Amino acid sequence: MRRARTWLPGLLLVAPSIVAIGVFVYGMLGWNVQLAMTDKHSEVAEGNFVGLKNFIDIWDLERWHLSVNHAILFTVVFVLGALVLGWFLAFLMEKGIRGEGTFRAIYLFPMAISFVATGIVWRWLMNSGTGERAVGLNRLFETIGLPQWAWFRDPDWGMAAMAIPAIWQMSGYVMALFLAGFRGVPEELREAARVDGCTEWGVYRHIVLPLLRPVTLSALIILGHISLKVFDLIVAVSGKQIITDVPAVFMWVAVFDSQDPAKGATIATYIVLSVAIFVIPYLIWTVRKDRRS
Amino acid sequence: MRRRWLAAVAITMAGLLGVTACGGGNTPAGQATDGATKAASSDVEVFSWWTGPGEADGLAAMRKIFETQNPNLKFLDAAVAGGSGDKAKALLQTKLQGGEPPDSFQGHAGAELQGYIKAGQLEDLTSLYDELKLKDVFPAQLVEQISVDGKIYSVPVNIHRSNVLWFNPAVLKEAGVAGAPKTIEEFIAALGKVKAKGKIPLSIGSEWTVTHLLENVMLGSLGTDGYNALFKPGANWAAPEVTKALESFKTIMSFAGDPQDDWQPAAKQVADGQAAFNIMGDWAYGYFHNPPDGGLGKTSKTDFDWAPAPGTEGTYLWLSDSFTLPKGAKNREGALAWLKVAASKEGQDAFNPKKGSIPARKDADAALYTDYLGDALKDWSGNKLAGSVQHGVAVSQPWLTAINEQVGLYLGKQDVAALQKGLADAATANAQ
Repeated sequence: MRRARTWLPGLLLVAPSIVAIGVFVYGMLGWNVQLAMTDKHSEVAEGNFVGLKNFIDIWDLERWHLSVNHAILFTVVFVLGALVLGWFLAFLMEKGIRGEGTFRAIYLFPMAISFVATGIVWRWLMNSGTGERAVGLNRLFETIGLPQWAWFRDPDWGMAAMAIPAIWQMSGYVMALFLAGFRGVPEELREAARVDGCTEWGVYRHIVLPLLRPVTLSALIILGHISLKVFDLIVAVSGKQIITDVPAVFMWVAVFDSQDPAKGATIATYIVLSVAIFVIPYLIWTVRKDRRS
Repeated sequence: MRRRWLAAVAITMAGLLGVTACGGGNTPAGQATDGATKAASSDVEVFSWWTGPGEADGLAAMRKIFETQNPNLKFLDAAVAGGSGDKAKALLQTKLQGGEPPDSFQGHAGAELQGYIKAGQLEDLTSLYDELKLKDVFPAQLVEQISVDGKIYSVPVNIHRSNVLWFNPAVLKEAGVAGAPKTIEEFIAALGKVKAKGKIPLSIGSEWTVTHLLENVMLGSLGTDGYNALFKPGANWAAPEVTKALESFKTIMSFAGDPQDDWQPAAKQVADGQAAFNIMGDWAYGYFHNPPDGGLGKTSKTDFDWAPAPGTEGTYLWLSDSFTLPKGAKNREGALAWLKVAASKEGQDAFNPKKGSIPARKDADAALYTDYLGDALKDWSGNKLAGSVQHGVAVSQPWLTAINEQVGLYLGKQDVAALQKGLADAATANAQ
């Protein structure tokens, strides 16, 4: 009885969360995977079990290849862009810039804005009009004599342009992560390296960067999973056009426009799997690290 | 110890309440009216996407008539904002699947409603048509094109026209184009002349406006019967006539300007004299003509002018907003009263001049419709009819999605053969 008193209140406390997550996350996830394995290709269809057929058939669709390629290009540009820019901003802050607090707030501020609002503004900034019809960035580029771009309407590199608003929004957050990382590097270590005759560049190369590895990994995972699921930014900038199609938008179209629940569920499952590729190694790594310490 | 227990139970309860509260709090705005509907059976919940200038005024005018005629009923406006009803339709689907339909909802008349009909979510309104003798006042072709297996499931309130060529008379004059081109060939020649002057020959918007252009080129190239036949069972999308139409589409698209964000900026390029032509539905008239804030405040015939899209004179490529009666409507009587107002001459004449469309009825008061709408009303009573693709008459929603997908892919590759194959596959997969 006495033992129950020690563990039961705690269990009761977390029970609602466990139940809610069990039903609304894992239950729904299971339901979705089950739906993806049926031939329920219209609202009224019975939905018989067909195994992995939908998962294979989807690779015959030209649009699926297109949206996967778009998602990969977007992810690469966005994750690298945000990491590099975020690291660079943190580096500047770390060097003891005057008015650091103000700059930190300015860089972090875009994160407080929703992707939808960002998208609406950047849709105008990245308008593809050129010459006398140019507005936004193209107008600015024209004035200062830089070439004008088709931005997200470019058939090959459009998704790289689409990553720019995402970089703008998230690099401040990456900066905050890295800044915390920089500050966590003990000054004694740097001093010791300098005493040993290490150059300032060498201090960063051999001392600070290796110590930042955990921070970099966290940032990579946070950015990666945002990127693979990206939906709101794309819809706000260009709607559901094929030229900027990504899996999440394709899923929305498959469910609500094509009225094909099984296809939508298949795409949703692929999105979960792609995010899992990022998240699961991270979880394993964290658990191992916890055990070690 | 006892206090710790109590605290744990209290927190658990609060947590559970929180979970349920979240469930309630997340319901979209339109659904907030559900509680009220249950409380008073005199409420009639009407679901639409008419929230913009003009259309909301039209709805209000019809609502006034409804409330005057039915003093014991209360009109509940469950409108959800968003052009062509994308967001409204997504919300509507969740409501229908949850078994909580509104009493009546807006939908494009024709094949777009097929999904709802197949799912058994709509009531057959044929008896209402008989009671009100609607088959005598709507054009016979319209009744035929909205019937499914001899049954009618919706009441069309208005008619819009898709095949309108909008042009800037000054730009045409400058380029030496005598008037609106009558055929596809003349159109291509005129586009070339405009291009030589350095203006945008044809303005386009986002990808759906290209599908809109495609349906117009198809109609202009194939003729009314050839076009209508494409949406009947056993249609041959692989035919050489279709190839020819798609080749013309490719040529016309080669004259298109940079894609704009939507149809309004594309139409504005014509109004501002940057572009010569734009093919868009007649909702563009309100945008050109209405005073600023709602429109551009331009003068018709001088700042902008219109003609049937090339090769489509004598045909009305139509689309229509209509109202339905969902099965399980909480206030069926009230919904029927609403449909009667929506079908009546009085209701349609109140709604349409404000919305900028013409009534589906043939007996409308012609004096209410002036300028562009006067032309449209005249054509509506005499022209042959063809149903729009992009706006839900000729094809079902999944079919339209497949067509839009093919058009989007075409814009990337410019491959006519692939487009034709894609369209043919879409027809095979979706035609009934």
